[in-house]
Amino acid sequence: MGVIVTGIVVEKVTRHFAGQPVLKGVSLAVAAGEFVALVGPSGCGKSTLMRLIAGIDRPDGGRILINGRDVTALRPAARNVAMVFQSYALYPHLTVAENIAVPLSMRRMGVAQRLPLIGRIWPGSRAARRGIAEDVRSAALALGLTNLLERRPSQLSGGQRQRVALARAIVRQPAAFLMDEPLSNLDAALRVHTRREIVEIHRRAGAATLYVTHDQSEALTMADRVAVMQAGEILQVASPRAIYADPDDLRVATFIGSPRINTLPAEIDGHGLTRVAGFPTGVRLCGAERITGAATLALRPEDLYLADGGIPATAEGLEFLGESLLLHARHVGTGTALVVRLPPELVPDLPPGSRVTLGFDPARALLFDARGRRLRDTAVVPEPSLV
Amino acid sequence: MSEAVLSAAPARREGATGEALTAWALGLPAVLAYLVLLLLPTLAAILLAFTDYELGAPAFAWIGLDNFSELLRDRGFAQALRNTVFYVAVVTPGSILGALALALLIEAGTRGRTLFRAVFFLPVVSLTVAMASAWQYLLHPSIGPLNAVLRQVGIDGPAWLSSSDTVMWSLAAIGIWENLGFNLVLFLAGLTAIPREMYAAAEVDGAPSAWERFRLVTWPMLGPTTLFVLTITMIRSVRVFDTVKVLTQGGPNRASEVLLHAMYLEGFTYFRLGYSAAITLVFLAIVLALMWLQTRVLDKRVHYG
Ligand SMILES: Nc1ncnc2c1ncn2[C@@H]1O[C@H](COP(=O)(O)OP(=O)(O)O)[C@@H](O)[C@H]1O
Ligand SMILES: [Mg+2]
Repeated sequence: MGVIVTGIVVEKVTRHFAGQPVLKGVSLAVAAGEFVALVGPSGCGKSTLMRLIAGIDRPDGGRILINGRDVTALRPAARNVAMVFQSYALYPHLTVAENIAVPLSMRRMGVAQRLPLIGRIWPGSRAARRGIAEDVRSAALALGLTNLLERRPSQLSGGQRQRVALARAIVRQPAAFLMDEPLSNLDAALRVHTRREIVEIHRRAGAATLYVTHDQSEALTMADRVAVMQAGEILQVASPRAIYADPDDLRVATFIGSPRINTLPAEIDGHGLTRVAGFPTGVRLCGAERITGAATLALRPEDLYLADGGIPATAEGLEFLGESLLLHARHVGTGTALVVRLPPELVPDLPPGSRVTLGFDPARALLFDARGRRLRDTAVVPEPSLV
Repeated sequence: MSEAVLSAAPARREGATGEALTAWALGLPAVLAYLVLLLLPTLAAILLAFTDYELGAPAFAWIGLDNFSELLRDRGFAQALRNTVFYVAVVTPGSILGALALALLIEAGTRGRTLFRAVFFLPVVSLTVAMASAWQYLLHPSIGPLNAVLRQVGIDGPAWLSSSDTVMWSLAAIGIWENLGFNLVLFLAGLTAIPREMYAAAEVDGAPSAWERFRLVTWPMLGPTTLFVLTITMIRSVRVFDTVKVLTQGGPNRASEVLLHAMYLEGFTYFRLGYSAAITLVFLAIVLALMWLQTRVLDKRVHYG
């Protein structure tokens, strides 16, 4: 008690559309100064959550707090959040400078002061206008828009429009920044470049930032923490490293990582020993989590290698990626498709149909129960073939 | 590569001639129809305007600008011009602002879009001449429901269509009713085309009221639609004819005379085709000026290029 949680706090938020649950009790916290990426496939409810935080839409249940204040029932204007939209949503009839000034003039000037002609001579409006012009100039400077201030959005490139949208968001120093797939309309080269800039802007502004994307590489490279969302639920929130190497859930493991993680149906016996189609894997489940029966063993493509002993598979083709080589194969016992990342200098002669055996370090294997929950309490059996 | 291009060039030129011929052949019916049905009658009307031709007369003479100088002195024509300007000046803002307000209400509501659209579009698809008799009944001084209602509250309603004080207002009201549905449908289409995200952005930017969001998003983004509606409504109301013909015949005492009705009287009642053609030219000039205003002046202000 007594500690004010700064930043964005979302508590058990639900939202239905036409009887269909779109958000099923989402909880998430973004601390002040933190950059959290919300990643998930299209249609999982990311934009819906953003709109609820911004106040454009209202939740059916749950609470939303910004800097410790319950804003669930407040209008967007009263929340002091800034949002960057996927389409940028710039006002086409206003110049760049006027676009950036909108959030300021809405806050600092009265209705009469904003009117086209009367506003100029209304008392106090000159000082307000001067202050706004100054802030617009410094936001434009931060985003390299100084030379474009008099242009209309239609005279700008996609990247420039995107900067205007960012400038409009930072100009009023909001308590929270929301960005909904802001890079998805840019070409690949510009996207990678703008990633760094957005992180830089976030550092300088220091506000809690929630960044929505369906692109996992954006999430992993930009964020302090990554929240993985699927079908209206947040599955895991953790650092990019932990999300990749130490997932809580099979759905997180399969969503993050490209090519996809390999999953093999496994069996856990009474001693906790894990087998794949009868083959002992060297992974033993111990401790309190002890269960038996069906499970899933997951291995990243880079954790498999060609070995003399290991799980048997049939080669199906090679794919050269430059920095590595992908071997596509099929597990002999279960028919599961497998992908192996090999060093590019290794050019094995593997015509489709040839038999390979794939080795792996059991310490790097991830074990999940039948419902997809991670089984963490595992140990390596020294010599699996002897057990 | 370049050799292939060089050797192909003459063949392409021959092909181009053949293609042009085919194009003309295919376009011929349309070109003929345009010439016979549109261009020639217009030319004929322009030529007629400089003659004293009367229907059935054995001969006609070129009289130069005499028809136009007569127009300048013709009190009836001046009255028709004044009335037409009045009609346009009332019907255009009335039906545009009314349609915009209705469109915003319908768009903001959750139900009944299709119903309201159909109800307000009805006057557009119904026959004006048939509807005019309904209006005649509604506005009838003694048996009309409008005056009956006014009597209930103690007001002695005027003879709407036969008093020179009210006749143009009554016709303008009918004109607004006629144009409203058409404009409404255009505005509804324009509103649907505004991305929802623009309103969300305006809200997040702090636009405090519906009026502010209208000023920041709806009105500017509706600009091209409004311009189109403005032009169409002005041209449609300059052309007012059938309600005048059916309800008042320009009366009482030419108090509701309008351009096209004056032209009709000259041409088809008095058979002064030359004079009638001169009125037509004035009408054409007005319509062309309105179209010029749209394409040259206003267009630049609503397309934010
Ligand atoms: N206003 C709405 N009315 C009905 N369904 C909606 C509405 N907004 C979103 N949805 C549904 O909610 C789901 C999640 O949408 P959204 O949050 O936009 O997904 P994402 O941004 O993750 O791609 C989708 O299935 C979508 O059809
Ligand atoms: Mg989305």
